[in-house]
Amino acid sequence: MRYIDHHAHMASRTTDDYAQMALTGCVAVTEPAFWAGWDRSTPEGFDDYFRQLMEFEPKRAAAAGIQHYTWLGMNPKESDNREMSIEVMRRIPALLGGPTVLGIGEIGLNRVTKNEIATYTEQVAMAAEHRQLVLIHTPHLEDKLKGTRITLDVLRQFPSLPPGHVLVDHAEEHTLESVLDGGFWAGLTLYPQTKVSAPRAVDMIEKYGPERILVAGACDWGPSEPIAVPKFIAEMRRRRHSEALIHRVVFENPVRFLGQSPQFRLPAGVAAAAAAQAS
Amino acid sequence: MSYQPHPSPLSPVELVDEYFTENRNRIIEVAAFLDRLDRADPAVAASDYRVRALADAITVLAGHSSTRVQDIQLLLSDPTTDPRPALDRKGAVGAWRRPEGSR
Repeated sequence: MRYIDHHAHMASRTTDDYAQMALTGCVAVTEPAFWAGWDRSTPEGFDDYFRQLMEFEPKRAAAAGIQHYTWLGMNPKESDNREMSIEVMRRIPALLGGPTVLGIGEIGLNRVTKNEIATYTEQVAMAAEHRQLVLIHTPHLEDKLKGTRITLDVLRQFPSLPPGHVLVDHAEEHTLESVLDGGFWAGLTLYPQTKVSAPRAVDMIEKYGPERILVAGACDWGPSEPIAVPKFIAEMRRRRHSEALIHRVVFENPVRFLGQSPQFRLPAGVAAAAAAQAS
Repeated sequence: MSYQPHPSPLSPVELVDEYFTENRNRIIEVAAFLDRLDRADPAVAASDYRVRALADAITVLAGHSSTRVQDIQLLLSDPTTDPRPALDRKGAVGAWRRPEGSR
């Protein structure tokens, strides 16, 4: 079954991972800017990273037959550093017209500090001003509940930013409802140890339905799987869900959300072929 | 907001058939972890806030709530609303450390 992974940190991955994703049906990935596992020492380090996301990764992906898009922003893990954040944010507006740039992301909170909230709020304002889609990281583990509440509170301060243009990612059982009730899109991140397993993701689809829910593998530098979405598909089939329902979650929903950006365009025939495969 | 649930077409018995063995394994893994801690230091269950949180979660697990996952997620979460004044560390640990003397 063809699918789109909307949250894939391919800069952390090998070319073999692209090939494996292509072989399991991946037609497009979108890569949010994120933390490298260590803090960058200069704003110029972000220039190089953004160039990697905008120029190098699309070529690597294309070699495997996958389309690559990206999101630019100051990631939550480094956003407590206000001096660095201000310098990074200053660079972003000039890059938003890039042919594969879908919007601002992944932005949000990590340990829910005052500085992180200031950086996040300024990036939401930037997205509203430049009419961009937004991809938001919500904090991990014990910080997720509080962080998601504040994340949504900040979004409500910007009525010019339509909720339908915002994807609140890494939702779990205790945060999903508040995200959906706010009119936002919700992302379920399939991780082997933290976040959401494939069976729990299927549980949430069963409980809430597929409307405005996306699934992704993250495939970053930590424990994660490049073929997490195909494993979710297998879990949906294990529960005997219809191919049409699965197709909606892993293909139609991402196309609906991402397609709000004029930069996101699937090659001719891909959507029709994916639909035919699921019927 | 109203949702449109899509329940699994599997019958309750089919769900048990499908998922029993892997969940049997999971609960034995939790028991093995607790036994391992006891062998290392029987007092750790009372002294380490993460293990205490796990014990509280096991109580929820043994109850009859129909929202066990959500209940456990909330039990492990920071329930406060004020931002941290400054960054203390980069990562979360998995359980909120309650102030001393509270449960």
